[in-house]
Amino acid sequence: MGREVIKYTIMFVGLVLTQVLFLNQVQVSGFVNPYIYILFILLLPLNAPRYVVLLGGFFVGLSVDIFSNTMGIHAFASVFIAFLRPLIVRAITDREEDRSDYPGLAQNGFSWFLYYTALMVFLHHSVLFFIEVFTLSDFFGTLYRIILSSLFSIFVIVLSQFIVFRD
Amino acid sequence: MRSLLRFLVRNYAFLLFLFLEAVSLAMVFSYNSFQRSRFLNSSNFISASLYNTTSSVLQYFELVKVNEQLAEENALLRTQIEGFDFDGQLLPDTVVFAKQLADTTFVFRTAKIINNSTNKQQNYITLDKGSKDGIQPDQGILAPNGVVGVVTGVSDSYAAGLSLLNPRWSISAKLKNSGYYGSLHWDGENYRQANLNEIPIHVDLAVGDTVVTSGYSSIFPEGLLIGTIQTFDQPQGENYYNIKVQLAVDFKTIRHVHVIENIKKEELTDLEKTVIDGAGSN
Repeated sequence: MGREVIKYTIMFVGLVLTQVLFLNQVQVSGFVNPYIYILFILLLPLNAPRYVVLLGGFFVGLSVDIFSNTMGIHAFASVFIAFLRPLIVRAITDREEDRSDYPGLAQNGFSWFLYYTALMVFLHHSVLFFIEVFTLSDFFGTLYRIILSSLFSIFVIVLSQFIVFRD
Repeated sequence: MRSLLRFLVRNYAFLLFLFLEAVSLAMVFSYNSFQRSRFLNSSNFISASLYNTTSSVLQYFELVKVNEQLAEENALLRTQIEGFDFDGQLLPDTVVFAKQLADTTFVFRTAKIINNSTNKQQNYITLDKGSKDGIQPDQGILAPNGVVGVVTGVSDSYAAGLSLLNPRWSISAKLKNSGYYGSLHWDGENYRQANLNEIPIHVDLAVGDTVVTSGYSSIFPEGLLIGTIQTFDQPQGENYYNIKVQLAVDFKTIRHVHVIENIKKEELTDLEKTVIDGAGSN
């Protein structure tokens, strides 16, 4: 239990720093912003109490908000997917017994992790980008940005599973 | 009562979800009225000092480019000085010169950008100087080659402001050769381009025309470079052009900037206020 807390604290700090110091400065072809800090929400144990997931999502979003001058929007999107996480896991998992408590790639297989990441990232980016522009007037323009950024975030998150989070 | 309690306990996750979303939305809206932007923004001490540390490392990689920019600016200033004929006039004119100095309206201070973005819908800039260096809200930010933004919040040693790449802010701009003015507004698409609105269709335009500050805003002096016209067209049935301006400043490479203070700003706004109030009471 203690070790888990330390591990997730390091992950929290590491992901927020990577996001604000590195990925927020990266810009691929105009306006694609990858947001990989939600990996923290993705990787919380599946049997963690729901309040832990919700509060974890809230604080990781809030930390990114503080550093990128966007009060509230990352927190909002993160809490949103933190709430939907159990529903998504239930929807994409066939048999209960196959499931590992730790939702990593090595533990659950590539296609499971890809579905999981893709759904969570797309929902998160949709909420985030629409809250950011706060209008539906340029709906397809925003959707285009959501899809491009999602693809990039999914790619980085899956790649990170092969490089950093191998255990 | 008991079943209500049981209902609350069973659905605590949903209630916690609603509560956290409400808190987040409250933050989004209270931040939107951005007079409050001084709170928890990047002039906030912890995040600003973190950005300061990383930028002090990163600036070494840009020294070559910064040197080039400074050398260019030096060359420009030297050419301007060459234009003045000091010979024989320097002594008699000294008194006039001193008087001109005392009449200066704008004071420039140097600062370094420690955080900046170009890829958001709303971009902000953080500077490494704050109120103890004389920087106050509503002062303009200027790079060697053009207008960058405006300061909106300051702490003791840091300042944060809106970049020109922020749709919450627009700047009064004019065409250098014809003098017609309009407002320059960024639409969130391309960080090298902004739109110039309210230029009537009878004005003669050409691609490459220079766009400068109009001097009507009391933030910037007149005639500072903003950019050049890249494309323009005349929408059907409209009285105004659609003009795309190529911005002179490349927001991805700026690091050293000047902050402009208008020392007569209070006098100016007071005067304008008395005129407007006077007109209103009649």
